[in-house]
Amino acid sequence: MTTRLFGQKITRREDPRLLTGHGRYVDDVSGTAIAAAFVRSPHAHADILDIDVTGALDVAGVIAVWTHEDLPGQAAERLPMLIPHPSIVAPHTGYALARDHVNFVGEPIVMVIAENRYIAEDAANRIEVEYSFREAVVGVEASREGTRIVHEGMKDNVAAHIVQDVGDVDAGLEGAPHVLELDLEFERSACMPMEGKGVVARWDPGEESLEVHSSTQTSTGLRAVLAAKLEIPLTRVEVITPDVGGAFGVKINHPWPEELAVACAARALETTVKWTEDRREHFISSAHERAQTQWVKVGFDDEGRILGLDVKFWHDNGAYLPYGVIVPLNTSTHIMGPYVIPAFRVEYWSLYTNTVMVTPYRGAGRAHAVFMMERTMDAIAAELGLDRTEVRLRNFVRDFPHPMGLRMQDGAEGCIDSGDFVTSMDKLKSIVGWDEFETYREQARTEGRRVGIGLACYIESTGAGPYEGGHIEVESSGRVNVWTGLTTHGQAHATVFAQIVADELGVPLETVHVKTGDTRKLPYSVGTWGSRGAVMAGNALHLTAKKVRQKALRIAGESLEADPEDLEIDEGMIQVKGDPSASMPLAAVSVLSNPLRYAFDESARAATQFAKDSAEDEPSIGPGEQPGLEEQEFFSPLRSTVANGMHAAIVETDPETADIRILRYCVVHDCGPMVNPLVVEGQVHGGVAQGVGGALYEKMAYDADGQLLNASFMDFLMPFASEVPHVETDHLETPSPLNPLGIKGAGEAGTIPAATAIASAIEDAEGIPIRSMPLDPSTLWHMRTNHAAGELNRSR
Amino acid sequence: MTEDIGTEPTSNIRLAVNGTLHELEVPDRKLLSDVLRQDLELTGTHVGCEHGVCGACTVQLDGEPVRSCLMFAVTAQGHEITTVEGIGDDPENPSDVQQAFIDCHGLQCGFCTPGFVTTIDAYIDENPNPTEEEAREAVSGNLCRCTGYQNIVSAVCRAAELRAEGASQ
Repeated sequence: MTTRLFGQKITRREDPRLLTGHGRYVDDVSGTAIAAAFVRSPHAHADILDIDVTGALDVAGVIAVWTHEDLPGQAAERLPMLIPHPSIVAPHTGYALARDHVNFVGEPIVMVIAENRYIAEDAANRIEVEYSFREAVVGVEASREGTRIVHEGMKDNVAAHIVQDVGDVDAGLEGAPHVLELDLEFERSACMPMEGKGVVARWDPGEESLEVHSSTQTSTGLRAVLAAKLEIPLTRVEVITPDVGGAFGVKINHPWPEELAVACAARALETTVKWTEDRREHFISSAHERAQTQWVKVGFDDEGRILGLDVKFWHDNGAYLPYGVIVPLNTSTHIMGPYVIPAFRVEYWSLYTNTVMVTPYRGAGRAHAVFMMERTMDAIAAELGLDRTEVRLRNFVRDFPHPMGLRMQDGAEGCIDSGDFVTSMDKLKSIVGWDEFETYREQARTEGRRVGIGLACYIESTGAGPYEGGHIEVESSGRVNVWTGLTTHGQAHATVFAQIVADELGVPLETVHVKTGDTRKLPYSVGTWGSRGAVMAGNALHLTAKKVRQKALRIAGESLEADPEDLEIDEGMIQVKGDPSASMPLAAVSVLSNPLRYAFDESARAATQFAKDSAEDEPSIGPGEQPGLEEQEFFSPLRSTVANGMHAAIVETDPETADIRILRYCVVHDCGPMVNPLVVEGQVHGGVAQGVGGALYEKMAYDADGQLLNASFMDFLMPFASEVPHVETDHLETPSPLNPLGIKGAGEAGTIPAATAIASAIEDAEGIPIRSMPLDPSTLWHMRTNHAAGELNRSR
Repeated sequence: MTEDIGTEPTSNIRLAVNGTLHELEVPDRKLLSDVLRQDLELTGTHVGCEHGVCGACTVQLDGEPVRSCLMFAVTAQGHEITTVEGIGDDPENPSDVQQAFIDCHGLQCGFCTPGFVTTIDAYIDENPNPTEEEAREAVSGNLCRCTGYQNIVSAVCRAAELRAEGASQ
């Protein structure tokens, strides 16, 4: 019997290709295509008075120069607001090329098409734009004050506002023996995939069709929006997502202005046009995430049990709202975390500012929620003089499923479907050595060292619907082709989906070949985001493989004159259980499933021995049947799964320089049964690294005029190998009842609690309340000084 | 004002890449990374930042790792360039460093990976038996946004083992 592949640490099947230079990323497509470059606003808030492009037109090699007025029809209208939500009171989106106004530094105004990017940039530099300046609104504070307004016609800067509650919060707080209030702040950071965005659009004038390669996270979504905006039939647009060099959320927004403008130019010029984002463009015009100002009021009893939690937060959504309010909505629905909170109220305001728009970044909105809840847990422990793990244990949800009473991003009520938080905490304490830490601290102290330990718990809604599909065909060679509409950006889809399909079909892993992100084969798909790939496409492919298997057994049953129930597939051979003498290869079934009379190959010749005479009065393909061993199936869940986990960190802070070093980093993670633990661990490691960046280094430094001061890797610090600790992991696998494989998503888990766990550890080392992240040594040094002078208990 | 445009200076250069000599007419300002990718279609070398920080575009110049985005192609004349394809371009038969990355799950999206491969390939010649700490230092000039580095660090040590095994056979 074939060993089950689900759960095995199988090395990745995509690796040999990527390691030997055979990856195909979007900039590798059509290397000789003509190129686009964009003139972008150097001002955060201004009216455009005049654009003089004459200088650009003189440059040899320039093919076209486009401003807003050159955009045709729907493409000249505002970009779509993709995910409407009742909380959105003022939906503002931008244009593919700015019309009359600019609202952030980096907003595209003019597109130059030239023989190559060098010439396009030369020409772009010769375009003169005349502006009338307006004062910029930068940061939550300025936006909230509302003395200056980002969008004309609005009386304030509020894009969205909502209140959700569970139970009677006011009564809960009033009756509580202890009440604490916390003011918190969270950073503005960005996904920063190593590959920026890019698009290659090819117009076929004969077919009047558009083929687009894009580094998008949703090829189907991009296809639909390009068809709508270019006003051409959907069947004449196809989007192919080749290898993608990381995404982490930023490539989910669609269309990016450049994707639309470049597609329009390809059609107008009847050729192939390409745009590859450079790093500065990525900093100033691709989306950021994270910035929030938060307020928490919590009531609790003498044991540390929470009786009421009242939360308000203000979210900086930047200049436009192209992707709706997923980020603040996720924050609002994840605050309660793994805890039973009898009375809860959350109110958010999502605010416009004259800075780059905010769309989801790995952990979308949830990292901020964890910051509020877990800083609150630590504050309760400090107030009562209790161990921080004990306070959490007393508040944990212990019965599953646990309905949360809140509407999540998918519109359904949130529900923690499975978990075992007590066991997770036991595991975490054990790996990090929680109970022995005081001894270690004492020893460090005698050496003149300052150390601290911290932790953070989280839940994460994963595997959101509405659906995902799979398509499988078995070739007559025995090769199994698998398609999913998902795109892939490092999540090992070619491996984990092959494992799932190979298991169900009973074929060797090597025969299964997975393709992703091509609308030509599977036009129904949602996309890769929100830790949903394995849950959604994994289950869809599991169901599809089941269907293929059933068809194969039915056909084989006829030829072997056996009940399909008595058949099994092992190593690609269909056989009667317990009687290997009666068997046929799956490849031969593929031949029999397609009643052609051409014998192309060995399998076809072999299949002749199993072919039966066709009955005289029956068609070759019966009613309800289709030729080929090929099926498509979709999976649509009731609601999101909810994964969970806990992180602990041990840090050392330098008594003199305030340098912060992470000595240990431990993760206990529960995403249900792991398809491939190697891949899950890799996702956790990478997530933690991004969390460490968010905790200690990464911050978008805007000045008051809306200029991003650190728009390069020299200035925006991302962690190198020297900054990321070794991550120690342990897993708990509590299956979800919400899908056949019982799996929950894992992609974002590593990032979500990292900054908060590190904040907890720094607070423990320093004895100073940490209320904002990220935290750099310089800030910590000033905090120490201020704290010693008794002036401030805020970290900034 | 515009007379200089369109007459940008170009040079006829001879570029030795992965053991093959190419004769090319390229603009003087064209980056080595762009010439490798566009003129020679060696797209394994990737451009991540174009300001020399991320290391995705790392190639070997006479065996030493350099940033191909910080170098004009014309200045590479007279030197031996090795790209990731020169380290190993057969997926069925990866080099020791490439195999080590497979063994250790040292990559996810794979975009920064060629820069790590070229860097590590040169490094383990210099230090055939690195400690974990040395391995970490060896790769700490390259950015990776996916892996969290620890599997890359393991891959450095594994690559050294494989090279030693290869040498002893």
